[in-house]
Amino acid sequence: MPTEQLSERPEGARRLENVVIRFAGDSGDGMQLTGDRFGAQAAAIGNDVATLPNYPAEIRAPAGTVAGVSSYQLHIADHDIRTPGDQPDVLVAMNPAALKANVAELRPGGVIILDTDAFTVLGLEKAGYDVDPLTDGSLDAFQVHAVNLTGFAAAAVADHNLKRKDAARTKNMFALGLVSWMFSQPIEDTIAYLQKRFASKPDVQAANVSALRAGWIYGESTEAFANVYEVKPAPLPAGTYRHMKGNKAVAYGLVAAAHQAGMPLFLGAYPITPASEILHELSALASNDVRSFQAEDEIAAIGAAIGGSFAGMLGVTVTSGPGMALKAEALGLAVIMELPLVIVNVQRGGPSTGLPTKTEQSDLLQALYGRHGEAPLPVIAVRSAADGFDAAMEAARIALAYRTPVILLSDAYIANGSEPWRVPEVEELPFIGIDLATEPNAVDAEGNPVFLPYARDPVTLARPLAIPGTPGLTHRIGGLEKADLTGAVSYDPDNHDLMIRTRQSKIDNIDVPPLEVDDPSGPPGSGADVLVIGWGSTWGPIGEACREVRAQGMKVAQAHLRHIAPLPANVASVLSEYHTVLVPEMNLGQLAGHLRRETLIDTVGYNQTRGMPFRTAELASVITRVIQGIDSDTAPDAGTKPVGDVGARLAARSDSASAKPAAHTGTPTGTQHDATREAGR
Amino acid sequence: MSTVNGKAEEPAGTSGRRAPTVADFTTGQEVRWCPGCGDHAILSTMRGLLPALGVPPENTVVVSGIGCSSRLPYYLDTYGIHSIHGRAPSFATGISINRPDLSVWVVTGDGDALAIGGNHLIHALRRNVNLKILLLNNEIYGLTKGQASPTSKVGTVGPSSPFGSLDNPFNPVALALGAGATFVARTIDSDRRHLTATLTAAAAHKGAALVEIRQGCPTFSAIPRQPNRAASQESPAEPDNPAAPEHGPIRLSPGLPIVFGANEQWGVIRDPSTGELGIGHGGDSRVVVHDPGTQNSTYAYGLARLAETSLAEPPIGVYRSVSQPSFDQLFQDRLATARPDGRGDLRTLLTGTDSWVVAG
Ligand SMILES: Cc1ncc(C[n+]2csc(CCOP(=O)(O)OP(=O)(O)O)c2C)c(N)n1
Ligand code: SF4
Ligand SMILES: [Mg+2]
Repeated sequence: MPTEQLSERPEGARRLENVVIRFAGDSGDGMQLTGDRFGAQAAAIGNDVATLPNYPAEIRAPAGTVAGVSSYQLHIADHDIRTPGDQPDVLVAMNPAALKANVAELRPGGVIILDTDAFTVLGLEKAGYDVDPLTDGSLDAFQVHAVNLTGFAAAAVADHNLKRKDAARTKNMFALGLVSWMFSQPIEDTIAYLQKRFASKPDVQAANVSALRAGWIYGESTEAFANVYEVKPAPLPAGTYRHMKGNKAVAYGLVAAAHQAGMPLFLGAYPITPASEILHELSALASNDVRSFQAEDEIAAIGAAIGGSFAGMLGVTVTSGPGMALKAEALGLAVIMELPLVIVNVQRGGPSTGLPTKTEQSDLLQALYGRHGEAPLPVIAVRSAADGFDAAMEAARIALAYRTPVILLSDAYIANGSEPWRVPEVEELPFIGIDLATEPNAVDAEGNPVFLPYARDPVTLARPLAIPGTPGLTHRIGGLEKADLTGAVSYDPDNHDLMIRTRQSKIDNIDVPPLEVDDPSGPPGSGADVLVIGWGSTWGPIGEACREVRAQGMKVAQAHLRHIAPLPANVASVLSEYHTVLVPEMNLGQLAGHLRRETLIDTVGYNQTRGMPFRTAELASVITRVIQGIDSDTAPDAGTKPVGDVGARLAARSDSASAKPAAHTGTPTGTQHDATREAGR
Repeated sequence: MSTVNGKAEEPAGTSGRRAPTVADFTTGQEVRWCPGCGDHAILSTMRGLLPALGVPPENTVVVSGIGCSSRLPYYLDTYGIHSIHGRAPSFATGISINRPDLSVWVVTGDGDALAIGGNHLIHALRRNVNLKILLLNNEIYGLTKGQASPTSKVGTVGPSSPFGSLDNPFNPVALALGAGATFVARTIDSDRRHLTATLTAAAAHKGAALVEIRQGCPTFSAIPRQPNRAASQESPAEPDNPAAPEHGPIRLSPGLPIVFGANEQWGVIRDPSTGELGIGHGGDSRVVVHDPGTQNSTYAYGLARLAETSLAEPPIGVYRSVSQPSFDQLFQDRLATARPDGRGDLRTLLTGTDSWVVAG
């Protein structure tokens, strides 16, 4: 069939405002690529897109088992969306394990496309099915399309000289072709992508393209699919757009920052999930004067970055929790030496190796306080995939202007997720360059010109930076306390006290924009009673939840913190305008505690650490409950499980295992707790 | 010398200036080491040496870790970082690979370089980063008051090993050779001429140069002070044993046979059947002619290990000096190839090849 026909939209497509699709299969089935391509196709036709990749920590968990299932969820819409969606409408399951792991989350009435080739006795057994779900009626609530995806794909690529196993591996492209047809998406961009990606393996390239096309044609030529759908473009502001992944956005933001500072970018990094991709992206950009260095460990990585900063580069290091812990001592050195540095922490589930591929926001207190001594530094957070660009530029701006290390917090959800990003004009990017010292800035007692590396700008308290190679300004810096002005080693008690206070005020007085509140019902004090405040990647779910609550006729305000240290100056006054401040976090209340310390305002927390982002419906019901609690004049209660409630959970678990340790029986389980657990599923 | 330290001489803006002097490399900071500490001699050698290298103070960077020895940068009027314990090579790497116009030195101690910082040291050496690493080995933790270090001899008594230390020491030269170092030398604080010559050779090396400087710590360390040959001439009785401390260390000189003793009666010989090095008579035809340029590091390694079995003290001099591209050079070359026409266009990068336009 000629190519042109493939790009036509199927006739009579039914229009959808939005749809949530989840591709699921074994980790070896190429689901991440499939999802990524589907998202890129949707973005290219102008949909708003939000994605949620989810994969196991092992490179290859045992094939065919639930533990080895990898999935990729996409939300595509004809309007502005912020989350990958709560419940899939469509589930593509490449094997029984993928079905088993995901079917519970599928919307009742949703569509299942599954690969019958994998539904063998062995396949069902590996997935832990006693009975074939295709025959026991358990899928009756869904529209099931059982298709031999592997068989059709293998047949489609029969001419390409592939080994049987390799031929079968093109099944993901067959599935992508089929789903693309179902949602009226042209596949030309993916064909071009495959041609580039497999340029060095012509057989594999041709086979993948054939399988992709065959999937499309299969959809068109069979009567199996009663409905074809279409999601129209979302009305985005005019501009050039790209489908942008969070890690890549951070990488590009750093490159743009160095460009706008007129400095080379120098990255020191050690591989760690989910931050490695930033290292990979930057390593490929030598042509943009990005210098990337893979160090022997995270300590050497930050050490090299600090060395680079001292030598006049924009020094950057990227890591995740365990690496962050290793960098703590060097961070203290950067604080006392007052050198610019950007440290990106792409958070994952902790402590220790924790859940290395899952998301969490549990490194906030580490970022704020995790150093010995009084070692303040700015902490800012990325709120969504595309926002990584602006957040990285802001981190670099502060680092340079105030000569300080800045921690930029992202997380696994942002890192791997993607959404449309409006490509900024280079001219509209801020200039963030700084003047390096080139001349002495004082005279000594004899009237000779001298350089005082710790004399400060009266407004920013930033010290002058003189880089090696600058004649007449030689000086030494280091970890020992410095005398004010001269930077000479000083053990003087009053000087130490002065320097500690000075470093603290420098950070406290960083110029950060005021906190803004989104509340259609009115400004703080005359609008909603409840403010939901968050930081980082909860921006999307909180925003969607607020929209949903408002659509129900209730009032709720949303505010989101880009800057967590220092906090915007108006935070206390904004928070105090609300009856109740709700703080949803993917930790046990770290921001809430920080806000209490900084503003003396008590907030209501809603917390979970399940490795997955909040769902919109979950947060909407929590917000609703808080609003209704105010109306009925009871104490505000988000329904969070108290930490101490863990005894009840253990008891519940041992109940179900019918092994009841005496110590746990009789632990009370309140009704509100149960309600929350429901919402938290 | 047209280049020093593998770096181009005379950076922009310094031409026409008078030649730098010792005073140009001396800071006003009061030097705070114990009287008699070997670090004094090393500092004064550095102050004398740096002006002679032709690199102006502002193009010299000295980076150290933590320890008595690591205070040295404060006393040299160059750019410098007194960093954190063990990590100096990593800071220095970030400086050196980004700035080929700078001459970058690392000053470290045996604890700093070989205990907490062992990882960074071996990686700097294997990468062949253009660093001159001075390892001031007093076989003890000086700053923290005398605990055994990774180079302390077995049985070293200190506050944390009151009954004598149990662990085998590192041989820093052997370790550096094992890590693939392209320049490895050993020298002593008490022999200023040898120290100067060795550091000068290190400075001229393109790539990582590790110089172990055996350093006396009269306060805590048992490291033997080198006997002053001139002063000890009153006892002319020549010991009849090659391992006698009176010989002082063997001095390695490129192109010369390795012989020692007042009458050169001893020598390092190579067993022709096994290739192994050992000690024999100075007149033996099998006496080895020293060649630090031997690519295969087995020879240098054999020399480094000799002291452990057959000598009172390890030989001093340049063990290995071979030419290999420095990491700095490769790093800069890679950058230069990637951007033949200067920095790539930011707009092109941000727009990519997969963007689309939404009309207003
Ligand atoms: C992370 C850390 N651990 C421990 C110390 C304490 N400390 C300072 S110097 C030192 C040992 C120094 O020994 P060496 O490197 O041999 O230097 P020397 O004082 O002998 O010249 C130790 C353990 C420290 N400063 N930092
Ligand atoms: S303790 Fe030893 S190494 Fe340290 S300054 Fe005193 S003599 Fe020198
Ligand atoms: Mg020592």
